[in-house]
Amino acid sequence: MKSAYFEYYKPKNIASAIDKISDSCGENKLISGGQSLSPMLNLRLVRPKTLVDISRITELRKIENNHNYIRIGAAVTHAEIEDHNFDGLRILSDVARGIAYRTIRNRGTIGGSLAHADPAGDWPLVLPALGATIFVSGPRGERRILASEFMERAFTTKLNDNEIITAIQIPKLSAMARWGYWKFCRKMGEFPDASAAMLLDSERKIAELWIGALDGSPKPLNRFARELAVNGLKAFELGIQVDELALNTPGLGPMRHQLLNTAIKRAVAKGFN
Amino acid sequence: MKSNNNEEQGIGASVRRKEDNRHLYGKGQFVSDIILPGQREVAFLRSPVAHGYLKEIEKPVGFEDQVFTRNDLDEVKDIVAPSSLPTYKLSSQPPLAHGKVRFVGEPVAMCVAKSRAKAEDLSELVNLNIEEIPALVDADKAKNDNSFRVHDDWNDNLFLTLSVDNKFEKFSKKATVIVERKVELSRQAMVPMEGKAVLAYWDERADQLVIYYSTQTPHIIRTGISKFLNLDEAQVRIIAPDVGGGFGYKTLIHPEELSVAWLAMKFRKPFRWIEDRREHLISGANSRQHSYHLKAYADDTGRLLALDAEVTIDGGAYSNWPFTIGLEPGQATGNLPGPYDFQGYRCKTFCVATNKPGFLPYRGVARTGVCFAIERVMDALAGAVDRDPYDIRMDNLVRPEQMPYDNVTNKHYDSGNYPAALALAREKFNGDKWIERQRETEPDGRRIGIGYASYCEQSAHGTSVFSAWGLPLVPGYDQSAVKLTPDGGLEIRVGVQSHGQGMETTFAQLGHEVLGIKLDKIKVIHGDTGATPYSTGTYASRSIVMAGGATIKACQELIPRIINIGAHLIQCDKEDVKFDKSKGVIGPNGQFVELKEICSVWYLRPDRAPSDVDRKGLEVSLGYKPERDTGAFSYGSHAAAVAVDIETGGVEILDYVIVEDCGKMVNPLVVEGQTLGGVAQGIGTAMYEEISYDVNGQPNASTFADYLLPGPMEIPNLRIFHLETPSPYTMYGIKGMGEGGAIAPPAVIFNAVNNAIKDMGIEVNKTPLTPNRLLRELNEPKIKLKKKER
Repeated sequence: MKSAYFEYYKPKNIASAIDKISDSCGENKLISGGQSLSPMLNLRLVRPKTLVDISRITELRKIENNHNYIRIGAAVTHAEIEDHNFDGLRILSDVARGIAYRTIRNRGTIGGSLAHADPAGDWPLVLPALGATIFVSGPRGERRILASEFMERAFTTKLNDNEIITAIQIPKLSAMARWGYWKFCRKMGEFPDASAAMLLDSERKIAELWIGALDGSPKPLNRFARELAVNGLKAFELGIQVDELALNTPGLGPMRHQLLNTAIKRAVAKGFN
Repeated sequence: MKSNNNEEQGIGASVRRKEDNRHLYGKGQFVSDIILPGQREVAFLRSPVAHGYLKEIEKPVGFEDQVFTRNDLDEVKDIVAPSSLPTYKLSSQPPLAHGKVRFVGEPVAMCVAKSRAKAEDLSELVNLNIEEIPALVDADKAKNDNSFRVHDDWNDNLFLTLSVDNKFEKFSKKATVIVERKVELSRQAMVPMEGKAVLAYWDERADQLVIYYSTQTPHIIRTGISKFLNLDEAQVRIIAPDVGGGFGYKTLIHPEELSVAWLAMKFRKPFRWIEDRREHLISGANSRQHSYHLKAYADDTGRLLALDAEVTIDGGAYSNWPFTIGLEPGQATGNLPGPYDFQGYRCKTFCVATNKPGFLPYRGVARTGVCFAIERVMDALAGAVDRDPYDIRMDNLVRPEQMPYDNVTNKHYDSGNYPAALALAREKFNGDKWIERQRETEPDGRRIGIGYASYCEQSAHGTSVFSAWGLPLVPGYDQSAVKLTPDGGLEIRVGVQSHGQGMETTFAQLGHEVLGIKLDKIKVIHGDTGATPYSTGTYASRSIVMAGGATIKACQELIPRIINIGAHLIQCDKEDVKFDKSKGVIGPNGQFVELKEICSVWYLRPDRAPSDVDRKGLEVSLGYKPERDTGAFSYGSHAAAVAVDIETGGVEILDYVIVEDCGKMVNPLVVEGQTLGGVAQGIGTAMYEEISYDVNGQPNASTFADYLLPGPMEIPNLRIFHLETPSPYTMYGIKGMGEGGAIAPPAVIFNAVNNAIKDMGIEVNKTPLTPNRLLRELNEPKIKLKKKER
């Protein structure tokens, strides 16, 4: 399959990229790494009038290291995150290393992954668990959206047609933090069938446990996360995670539940390891 | 290529492949690399429904001359493959669908434009009016349901029914233990690295249709194209350039290829079509789907006495030319007994027409399925008599002193020591260590399982075997044409085709073995009907034995002619000299003349040649097949240890050992490469690859996002060991071995996984063993319990 005809436009900066997508009624589409978009183009599932390539815009390619947080430009690739030495957030490199294959990581970007919003994607699960904030620019200027609220359902986000993700800001972990991330893939590099991410940070009073690879967006298990923060691994004895899982993911079959429960157990176990 | 002078280069030498250099530098030349001036690209509009009457095809206005349907291709015949097998029904496959569509992906219209993208644009503008009717998706149902038929002129949906009974009653009566199993393999595609590809043009000077054709069998393709296009064979030339894997997929005339060939014949311009991945997965879902219902009859010790089998093969919509759909049921019925010694056998095999792409022969042809089936039965027998599966196999394998052995289906196993291969597999695999580890608890809670499987692989079977399968086209004597060049090099021309097997190297090794010429001075020419002698081509693990045997014989026939000239040059009598592979022709006192000089005399200085020189010159073309052509049987045993995660259904292969015996190895490196690739495909069958269909016959996998192939991380470190039992019937005792690797993996992996969960009261017996499938089996009893409680 070859893609249908489209124009190609490579803006120099964010402003001209926004201009190009603003006047098209959604007909012009952004492309960054293209690792999900290119196959959809070739299968002719997506037929943009113009592809606006933002992968080389300098403002989107920066990694900033501040005292309390890391700020990653939207067009930074998974491979660059994998190779970067993040002071206070080494786990970002570990997450990046687990995404697909290196050849895909060489092109795929963190912003592209968020905008695409595959329910089984790594960043759409990990970034909410880490309490990240997503910076978005549009014709009316910049706004911030919490990663935990960004994705609305499968392949749908709060992003408007005329907006661009510019950066992702992720708070650093304290020395006390426990982080656990686990996913089950049928094959190395495939999207997972179940995934879970846990962050407990007593110093920053944070308790997050998220499950992913659902039919819709990743979901938090807040009650169980708090129990984990208070009681540690003993929290499992209460069986809360099973109830909360059932409550948060209605309609899932018993096998998916078992897989998700396993993902929770193993992500937590990694955090407490 | 290694070309150190001291290095061995003949039969048995692990020389690196001559062809690797161009491939590793990206300089291979595949059909897609060839561009001819003014060529047009072709895209096919394919049926979106599985079964229906094709009422109307509406071409887009203004583009009528760029869109073609069956009615335009009036000179082209439908693809019909006759077979002499009783009960076989003919199917008629049009190059483009006509009257009816019979599977999703069947080509309906052909669109031509300057680029593939534009051709696809055109295909979107074609309107199809199809009256959809119920699709036949389940072979078991279609077998007994005549209300809708894939082919309206048939009275049922059966391509073919085979039935054999060899003393079944007599031997089953003696049994004290009976086990029954159902096992099943899912439908899959072959997924060669390069899909189908054709570039056809008309050569006005040669008055020939020339087709660059990604095929394993250029000569039979030539025969087929001339037959279906009604051209003289002399008007067709097929050139198979580099071919990126075939696996059986490229031994046939496919409708797209025939349609593109017609374009070039009709319009006398170059036309090209390259199959893409989506097309391949949808219209190439054509192999492995068998189901087996087996009953094994044994004595108290698990010694197999008789086997009763019902085999159902989901044949898809059409029989293929030239191998026919009869090949698969024939092989399944004949090969099910495997390497085992028992006397009673009854088997009924149904090959059922369904609304899926027609079944094609895939590496291993039926044997991957039968090995899976019989090896699951062996483990079931072991369970029934409470013995180690390894011991059961040892008791049942054909023993070396029985060789040659005529089995219960009259297959003639020529040679080998089957128990020795299994014993070596267990030893190298350290089977006892795994049993110990299995008794202990793994730190991560996973369960360890151990599996064994043995197989034999009929290779290089010839005329008698293929004629018994009723094929329209039967291989005979394979030809090789060898020619010494004026500078002392050698050209070997063969009609088989190397598409990953390394024949440019191994055939050169055969030439070196006989004549001593260095490999870098030997050129193997193959794949072009204009430059090579006729052969039915490369399939059924036959080339090295058949065309290789012919090459050896032809090279041997050059020696007296070399001696004749050489003796004259050193002024000796022919009787007093001998041929020496490193020196040339040597006289009684050690005087010698090099082969190079002898060659130059024949070609360039005939004034120096003897008056009685052999006027046939320094080139020989001759045919060969083994004296007994019932096949040289390679065989082997695989052993694997797996870790099963019962919380996720995940399976990891911890160790995998292969012991194989393909007779005398021409090049152990190539043998191992073939084995590795085969096992990787077998692991795909066992654990990953599947195209399932919904009730409407829509395929559930059409991209690699849905159709998983094993990647480098999924293939464990495969450890290969060899035995070398020469075949008594072939040159140098060589056997074919291209398929063996792909035969045993599903059997060994399922045996290992079932071994790991044997105390849980369930078994998994359907490929591929996906985590989901395993988890479902593991959860089934619990789910049922819960329902009862309510």
